[in-house]
Amino acid sequence: MKKTIITVVGHDTVGIIAKVCTYLAENNINILDISQTIVQGYFNMMMIVDMNESEHPFVETAEHLDALGKEIGVIIRCQREDIFNSMHRI
Amino acid sequence: MLNIFEVIETNKMIEKENLDVRTITLGISLLDCIDSDLKILNEKIYQKIYNAAKNLVQTGEDISREYGIPIVNKRISVTPIALVGGAACKTPEDFVSIANTLDKVAHEVGVNFIGGYSALVCKGMTKADELLIRSIPQALAQTERVCSSINLGSTKTGINMDAVRLMGDIIKETAEYTKEQDSLGCAKLVVFCNAPDDNPFMAGAFHGVTEADYIINVGVSGPGVVKTALEKVRGENFEVLCETIKKTAFKVTRVGQLVAREASSRLGIPFGIVDLSLAPTPAIGDSVADILCEMGLEYAGAPGTTAALALLNDQVKKGGVMASSYVGGLSGAFIPVSEDQGMINAVTAGALTLEKLEAMTCVCSVGLDMIAIPGDTKATTISGIIADELAIGMINQKTTAVRVIPVIGKGVGETVEFGGLLGYAPIMPVNSFGCDDFVNRGGRIPAPIHSFKN
Repeated sequence: MKKTIITVVGHDTVGIIAKVCTYLAENNINILDISQTIVQGYFNMMMIVDMNESEHPFVETAEHLDALGKEIGVIIRCQREDIFNSMHRI
Repeated sequence: MLNIFEVIETNKMIEKENLDVRTITLGISLLDCIDSDLKILNEKIYQKIYNAAKNLVQTGEDISREYGIPIVNKRISVTPIALVGGAACKTPEDFVSIANTLDKVAHEVGVNFIGGYSALVCKGMTKADELLIRSIPQALAQTERVCSSINLGSTKTGINMDAVRLMGDIIKETAEYTKEQDSLGCAKLVVFCNAPDDNPFMAGAFHGVTEADYIINVGVSGPGVVKTALEKVRGENFEVLCETIKKTAFKVTRVGQLVAREASSRLGIPFGIVDLSLAPTPAIGDSVADILCEMGLEYAGAPGTTAALALLNDQVKKGGVMASSYVGGLSGAFIPVSEDQGMINAVTAGALTLEKLEAMTCVCSVGLDMIAIPGDTKATTISGIIADELAIGMINQKTTAVRVIPVIGKGVGETVEFGGLLGYAPIMPVNSFGCDDFVNRGGRIPAPIHSFKN
């Protein structure tokens, strides 16, 4: 299974997680893991998701999330997991 | 499972510290295009490159989008054109027609440079080699994206001083032909000693004759990442310093390896090598000189610079070698002047001279790179500079190169603007004492004693 990492960075406001999760649920994307932290005053969230059953191809999903991020006022990024695994796992 | 801090670290490298894949370079052999009819040759070259590279740019962009890592350049390298055009080209103008074909196909497939307008003359020049060399000024003036490189020497063969002397004139002539654009042609022309066959970086990329039909080579970058990592170990000893560089180089190279593998599988073309070079750009924070300053030098060029660069280069290789299954190309740190804001600052402050740069090239990849010199520098002086630099490569069994730009109509104290990734540069003074009688002797410098390993 190819996993995808979704990161959300920005000022903390009410409903960020709700909105992102709603989008994912509506598009049949399964959340495998979710964690969040505050770094230098910024809200950081990471989700590991499975997009194999997703309604849209990868690039379109990434664009939708990018647009959603702009709407909420945060940056949402969607990247294949391999880039992080390559860098941090031998 | 990945944790959030690892993800944040990677994304911070990409967003704040300019981590990127500098280039995916597709190497294409043109040996099977050889024909004695120039028109047919040009057609075959166009078709072969077009068919191989038509998806290159799109594939690069797809990978970039999916992994969230910028892939700055998509490029092509081809078999040295002197070999390909030998049977068809009877005049320099014939070779220029091939340069125009390369330029046309580069535009068509959307790559920003195509390398391989080259000749390998480290021992002797064939008629075709000489015609190609003599066509360079016109070829680089008429084309936008074609890059030219000439291998003038090697540890195994010595240095071809006839060709070194000729290149002094050719570089001057290329500068003349492109004087309206601050002699930009010379920024696309490099001469080598021990040129590697699998270099993905321009202007020196060509697809060596030892290579397969097609190959994907990748160049990673990330001087900003190394600098930021070093900020955290200020004042620590050399062991800590070296470990930090090594670990960072490992991480950066792993990204290159991933992109190379991915590009290779999507294009159906074998993966060649990852080049580990730290390649700067004019962007702030993307500078090799800044790493040297972070190590504790006031400016690049201060005493200690050569040692600092030597350890940087060595640790980058040590970290990178484990991160990639095949390492090649030049691999080390590049020190182009005009493409590195820290280097430009050092030259402007008077800390960095041509002679110090020459010393620095003994311990890092490549050589005197993107250095603007006065337009009235004599051709023989340029040949002398080339001979010195190639001698360093020949004796030390390493690649060295010279890419100097005699800027016609400008002198020391003035600045030249090349634009884009090529940057801008203050014109550096050149030692004006003569070397005419030396470089005019003709013939070649024999291979050094340690080349006789057999």
